[in-house]
Amino acid sequence: MRIRTAGVVAVLGLALAASGCGGGDEKEPAAQESPKAAGGKLVIWADDKRTAALKPFAEKFGQDNGVTVEVQAVSKDLQTNFVTASQQGSGPDVVVGAHDWIGNLVQNGAIDPVQLAADQKSAFSEVAVKAVTFNGQLYGVPYATENIALIRNTELAPEAPKTIEDLVAAGKKLKAEKKASEILCLQSGQNGDAYHIYPLYTSGGGYLFGTAANGDYDPKDLGVGKPESIAAFQKIAKLGEKGDGALKRSITGENSIATFTGKKCAFLVSGPWAIADAKKANIKYDISPVPGFAGGKEAQPFVGVQAFYVAAKGKNKALAQEFVTNYVTKPDLAVALYNAEPRPPALTAAFDQVKGTDPDLAKFQEAGKNGQVLPAIPAMAAIWDPFGKAEAAIIGGADPAKTITAAGTTIAGQIK
Amino acid sequence: MSTSLSGPGPATRTPGREPVGSGLPRASQGARNLAPITAAGLLVKVVLLGLVAGIAVWAAFPLVEAEQWTGLAILAVTTAGLFYLYLTRRHVPAKYLVPGTLFLIAFQVFPVLYTASTAFTNFGDGHRGSKDDAIVAIQSSSVKQVPGSTEYSLSIATKGDPATGPLVFLLSDPKTNQVSAGDADGLRSLDAGDVTVAPGGKVTAADGYTVLNFGQASVRSKEITDLVVPTSGGAIRSNGLSRAYEGKAVRAYDAGCDCVTDSETGKTWTADGATGSFVAADGERLAQGWRVNVGLKNFSRVLTDPNIAGPFFGTLLWNFAFALGSTGLTFVLGMAIALALHSPRMRGTNLYRVLLILPYAMPSFAMLLVWRDMFNTDFGLVNNLFGLGVDWFGETWSARAAVLLVQLWLGYPYMFLVTTGALQAIPRELTESTSVDGASPWQSFRAVTLPLLLVALSPLLIASFAYNFNNINAIWLTTAGGPFPADNPRNGATDLLITYTYRLAFGAQGAEYGTAAAVSIFIFAIVATVSAISFRRTRKQEEVYS
Repeated sequence: MRIRTAGVVAVLGLALAASGCGGGDEKEPAAQESPKAAGGKLVIWADDKRTAALKPFAEKFGQDNGVTVEVQAVSKDLQTNFVTASQQGSGPDVVVGAHDWIGNLVQNGAIDPVQLAADQKSAFSEVAVKAVTFNGQLYGVPYATENIALIRNTELAPEAPKTIEDLVAAGKKLKAEKKASEILCLQSGQNGDAYHIYPLYTSGGGYLFGTAANGDYDPKDLGVGKPESIAAFQKIAKLGEKGDGALKRSITGENSIATFTGKKCAFLVSGPWAIADAKKANIKYDISPVPGFAGGKEAQPFVGVQAFYVAAKGKNKALAQEFVTNYVTKPDLAVALYNAEPRPPALTAAFDQVKGTDPDLAKFQEAGKNGQVLPAIPAMAAIWDPFGKAEAAIIGGADPAKTITAAGTTIAGQIK
Repeated sequence: MSTSLSGPGPATRTPGREPVGSGLPRASQGARNLAPITAAGLLVKVVLLGLVAGIAVWAAFPLVEAEQWTGLAILAVTTAGLFYLYLTRRHVPAKYLVPGTLFLIAFQVFPVLYTASTAFTNFGDGHRGSKDDAIVAIQSSSVKQVPGSTEYSLSIATKGDPATGPLVFLLSDPKTNQVSAGDADGLRSLDAGDVTVAPGGKVTAADGYTVLNFGQASVRSKEITDLVVPTSGGAIRSNGLSRAYEGKAVRAYDAGCDCVTDSETGKTWTADGATGSFVAADGERLAQGWRVNVGLKNFSRVLTDPNIAGPFFGTLLWNFAFALGSTGLTFVLGMAIALALHSPRMRGTNLYRVLLILPYAMPSFAMLLVWRDMFNTDFGLVNNLFGLGVDWFGETWSARAAVLLVQLWLGYPYMFLVTTGALQAIPRELTESTSVDGASPWQSFRAVTLPLLLVALSPLLIASFAYNFNNINAIWLTTAGGPFPADNPRNGATDLLITYTYRLAFGAQGAEYGTAAAVSIFIFAIVATVSAISFRRTRKQEEVYS
């Protein structure tokens, strides 16, 4: 009996020792590194598509510099996951994402500003640099810009419409001739889509935020609920279900591109990501700016920028800064990322390099030339939901003045 | 998150408690002194305790690193307790009770307590960390390059051993090619003869210093980012491993006034402990705040803020209607089909049963998305098939009907299954004798079959009610809470409390975990009360019928 107990204790001691070693293994390289051994580890978080494109470059960076680089794919809720992980101290060193995350990431202390030399900065398109600037500081290194445009089926609609009224007339004609079942594929869904309706909103005269003296958006000057926004939505309401029927809640993010490639509508408002589907479906298409209302203001789409950020609580910040400021700023990486997903590169040199082989790129850039940089201020988060839902209600036939005033009140109440 | 609180909880816990608490231990207690130690039993014991030890060691390292001594103490005591318990031959009942209790604490008690403690804070975007974190973030995001200052080429070097020697920045000015060494004491010029400079301007070797390569340097990343070389205009900081710049933190925290001052504009933001942010005299708040205790503010906000309270009670009402509706409708349909198939005159019952189970076998997650698209006004199957033009998800009542319809389709096979099972247990003689007594089939169903069925199925119905009360998938994947009234984007016609809470906590407008936790606690209280009352009534019913 006693011997048995002793045996159990001994075996357990071994198990404990073994597991102790197992647990401790990860620590060892850091504790006993030799001068020649590989050094620190750089961890990058990106979404699936970008992970694949980044991997070869990250590996090369690692080999060139004697460090380990790990690119991890976070396919869902990258921003939320990053903020949570960073708060718990288990986040990456570098994260790749959209520029409108900046406000939220900064207020949560999740990213640090980056310092670019003047010549590095001037290599980027102006709009890209402006997008990643927040409170007068540069918070990320941009690599691609994106905006929406009007993609049209040239077999059904050979001419690019100059105004939205022209578009509606052309669409109605196609519908009457039974060549198409919808006038326009502009996604809304039951809860609206602020991003896709924005060109029409600006053409109607609306704005989201005024700009402060330093060029940043001013959260105190909220345009939603102002007379201009009501006027804009009155024009949008005329295109809605109770009016021309060009805007419908039944056209959603899930079916808009499929409806276009199924030749059920001649006009699609979407971004570069829709092009792959159009090509696959053998649609003859052309790209032009989203048209505005006749006699209205310019139709300005949002311009978004994808960027690399240095995590404030990363374990290897010096290496992360080195990677982001001196490696991402080289055109090769931008071209590779373009090849993985065709969005116009933010580096002018890289853009020129791919422009020749891809005519769509220049057309998208042309469509976004007068675009507005998507506001990155934290207050922007308060916009999306109420604005989209107001849009959906108005498209469905609700009173624009009452609806948009209420949305303005809700948004103002959420801005701290 | 929510289903674990209330969904399967009551259903699985109750039956589980019986054998663990009363049955097994008594049996083994009697046999305690006789039970031989088998090789297999010993092996299982060794493996399991080894696993416990392994997990403990694995969990200990991060705790030590984070200096969480309380957590480490709990871990040590728990592990020691487990070893003591399973290495002695005494305390046999505890051997059976402890694992379940530990899991109960880890997966039920702890999340509830954590949610409860969150409900008293302003935890959310902009208020996630401590005040110190916020101050660090404010200062480090205010570092700006001194205008017109030099951009240096940087090499990281040490005096002596690369891994441990004191760090030095070797800086070369690209315009003058002047090389200097900088550390916390300041800058010193180096003789051009003592250094080797690469064409790019980077120092590759210097007398008396060991130049580190990227690999060696990156191991000491934290020291490098922390090292600032003071200069007259600010300080030279590293920018990565190959460049350095002269920068200045424009905003600085002063513990004396508990405020942050901007040296460029002279503006001051004073710490406000009640809201967890730095506020200027003109009301401007710095973006980076910290987490503070706000007492009952979140709870009172839920009850009194007209933007939340009004919708809250409206949503609550629909929430009850939805849970009752989905449970009741599925039960009625499932039972009706089960009764029909139970009839001895029915032929081909097996085929029908297989067909009826099909919806149950489909993953509900995917089915909900399919149903969402089928209800699309213009492209959906429902409208196209029946030639309708109903704006299903656009009108309050059609959306509610659609959601219940989907629930009915997804849920009735389950009710059919359990009713079929329960029906087998009711002796046919009972209904036969009622027909002998001259009762109509309806009368015998009302008086005999249904009461007996309800005795068996009530707990399941209550569990199903509790599950549907928090059935976030059913709403989120179909209507996402919509349609929303034109003047209120917060609460849709089909919103459940849980979808409403989810939008608060993880919605597009930024996370508000504190408020969401407060709402969760309300939901928890409601579901717990409803379940408790229902179970008590069921027990009474059982007493009546048995």
